[in-house]
Amino acid sequence: MDEPEPALRGLTVLDLSAGVAGSYCGRMLAVYGARVILVEPPSGSPLRAAGPRQPGVDAERGAAFIVNGAGKESVTLDPSTPTGRALLDRLCASADILLDDSHALRAAGITWEGLHASFPRLVVVAVSPFGESGPYAGYEALDGTLYALGGYTYLTGDPHREPIQGPENIPGYMAGANAYIGALAAVVAREQTGKGQLVEVSAMESLAAAHQWTMTRYDYNGRVQTRNNSRYDSLHPVTYYECADGTVAISPSTPDQLERMMLLIEREDMLKDPRFSTNALRIENADEFDAEVAPWFMARTRNEITEACQAYRVPCAPALEVDELLQHEQLRARGFWRAAHDPTAGDLLLPRAPFRMPASPSLDGVAPRLGQDTEAVYNSLGLDADALAGLREAHVI
Amino acid sequence: MTALPPLQGVRVLDLTRVWSGPLAARILADFGAEVIKVEHAAARGPATIPGPASDRASFYPDNDPGPDPYNRSAAFNKLNRSKLSLTLDLAKPSGHQAFCDLAASSDVVLENYSPRVMGNLGIGFDTLSGLNDGIIFVSMPGYGLDGPMRDSVAYGSTLDAECGIASLMGYEGGAAQRLGVALPDPVAGMHAVGAILTAVIQRQKTGKGQHIDLSQLESMACFVADEVVGFQLTGQRPVRRGNRHRWMAPHGVYPCREPDTWVFVGVATDAQWIALASVLGQPQLADDQRFATIMARHQHQDDLDPLIESWTRTRTPMGAMNGLQAASVPAGAVHSAAGVHSDPHLRERGFFVRLTHPSAGTHDYPGQPIRFSETATVFRSDAPLLGQHNRAILGGLLGYPDERIRQLEAEGIIADRPPV
Repeated sequence: MDEPEPALRGLTVLDLSAGVAGSYCGRMLAVYGARVILVEPPSGSPLRAAGPRQPGVDAERGAAFIVNGAGKESVTLDPSTPTGRALLDRLCASADILLDDSHALRAAGITWEGLHASFPRLVVVAVSPFGESGPYAGYEALDGTLYALGGYTYLTGDPHREPIQGPENIPGYMAGANAYIGALAAVVAREQTGKGQLVEVSAMESLAAAHQWTMTRYDYNGRVQTRNNSRYDSLHPVTYYECADGTVAISPSTPDQLERMMLLIEREDMLKDPRFSTNALRIENADEFDAEVAPWFMARTRNEITEACQAYRVPCAPALEVDELLQHEQLRARGFWRAAHDPTAGDLLLPRAPFRMPASPSLDGVAPRLGQDTEAVYNSLGLDADALAGLREAHVI
Repeated sequence: MTALPPLQGVRVLDLTRVWSGPLAARILADFGAEVIKVEHAAARGPATIPGPASDRASFYPDNDPGPDPYNRSAAFNKLNRSKLSLTLDLAKPSGHQAFCDLAASSDVVLENYSPRVMGNLGIGFDTLSGLNDGIIFVSMPGYGLDGPMRDSVAYGSTLDAECGIASLMGYEGGAAQRLGVALPDPVAGMHAVGAILTAVIQRQKTGKGQHIDLSQLESMACFVADEVVGFQLTGQRPVRRGNRHRWMAPHGVYPCREPDTWVFVGVATDAQWIALASVLGQPQLADDQRFATIMARHQHQDDLDPLIESWTRTRTPMGAMNGLQAASVPAGAVHSAAGVHSDPHLRERGFFVRLTHPSAGTHDYPGQPIRFSETATVFRSDAPLLGQHNRAILGGLLGYPDERIRQLEAEGIIADRPPV
């Protein structure tokens, strides 16, 4: 049987991203076959230098760029110059999707209306912290800003201490995942309408929309959820426990699962204890409940606990450090980590796509060197060596 | 905005429960798909709630379960707007037949059971694609459809630890910490939508559907992969540091005037630092050598925090944020549910959608963070009542005669309330 064609072959994406949001969107389109061309300023995308880097090696290859640049081409272009702008137009003429997560288009004086008039089939994806309108549209955002305004920080941490924010870059990935599905939806819509459109994604709204029920419950009955360390809000003991070598997450969410957990730890007696006999009581007396079960957990390792719980069909998992994901039995068995050779960082294990499509191969290259495809791409637009030399001279590319 | 929504004419059968799958199907509904929630009559819980409502941590309007609690849950109604509800007992032959009849004219089947369940019910991908070779079938179990852990049990509340996110957060020197919003479910939901749309685009070329295998663990691991690669580059595990940052300072969550009110303040550049000093009313700090560079501020951040705190202590989170942002200092009010719900920015942008439910009443729900310039986002209705569309789907869509529908009712294959 012939190898099937990648699902998104034929789509061309111009990726002007400066952060993880747009870059993740571009990578997700690339992994199933879209041609994604990073369009970088001559100094390189700011993402190249962000996050952890190999000491003393190439400062242009941080981890976030290595992961999210995988499989893309790179050309350089300064869209704020007239010749750069003309070049961008020529690229747009044969592109399907244009990605911007840093108001790069606005900074270059390019509007959606103008692009739409010139390139009616082009889908433009604009990701930003707060969207294009509203009182915060011009506000500065770090991850901490978005975690705070999105309602996450308040819910995270110790009720007797200051709340804490989540890990770096996650707000960008949340917005990036929405940008990705918004871009695809616009491509599907174009099949019917023949027209491209503007897809606008706000990171703050991406976070606010992802709550399970925090805001809905507030609207239904005025309940304001508070932070409670690692305890789940509405069921106990759905929580984390410290153990001999770290932390485990346990999630007995049905009466059967709870009974099996208590059987496993040989504390069925606790379910008859008047302090713990209902979920409401277990939530109210959670500190006492946890003190009773703590010795069982502290006497065992993460792996012993997880295996015992799974044998009893009780959802449980170790809290893994990020490097432990590389040894994870299931991730390895399914080939989630693929071996890749980065041009400067060397041999690395990089992630595959978050889902498998049997009818489409997934394509996974490595992240490009800055401008590595400039000549090839611009030659294909009909620019010869002299023209390119002129553009270099003028710092347009 | 005149064009039809992107997924107009796409029919989705939503067999999912809990969070990830219902969210994926709801996003498809927002994009205009016709989503039929195929549910067991007992799937939303019992007909009446035993004991006080407080024992269920209160998901009901005004804490009142009412005569039909299965229709009134804030959790269910948030994730199932704009869908149709068909109750079916898939374990019975006539329920199985009705599902197969529907699948023959549908585009997408979405399920989040453990890997063996669909096959055991006789509605696995191989069976359904035999009826309809265009069917896009998405399975989204915790660990994927193969591998040694395929049958292990997982929820978002265990996957958030296992994927590494929890280990990236916590107080300085403290244990791994759960993020207040469990992300594995919504992230798997978004990725499932990406998978479906990719398959829809491919089907336009090939005419064929396929069976998509989405592991919720892998889905979430994609969001921490840069940290995993960072470890490979540096050989160092990230350190838990509360609200502090690898290189930025100040960077923290500072107390405001009222108890348990807070504001985030972070400074990434020298310009922001000079602006912050000015807003604090201490412009001389901009000349203080301890704070002159990014590295110097990071080194002396213990000295910075009290300066900021003494300013935030007399302010509200919104007042502090707006004052700092007016000088382009990245700050954010630490919103509780009430804060997000009344946030002036979200309100002005119309982020919340107001929907009326026949049993639960009129409520505001978080809307869609993706906006299209030319095609409408669909907020057709609030969540369906249990079995609300049984007759419309079986009679109208499949053309079953009345007698057959009555027979299904009599056998308990379809119902509009949970079995007692």
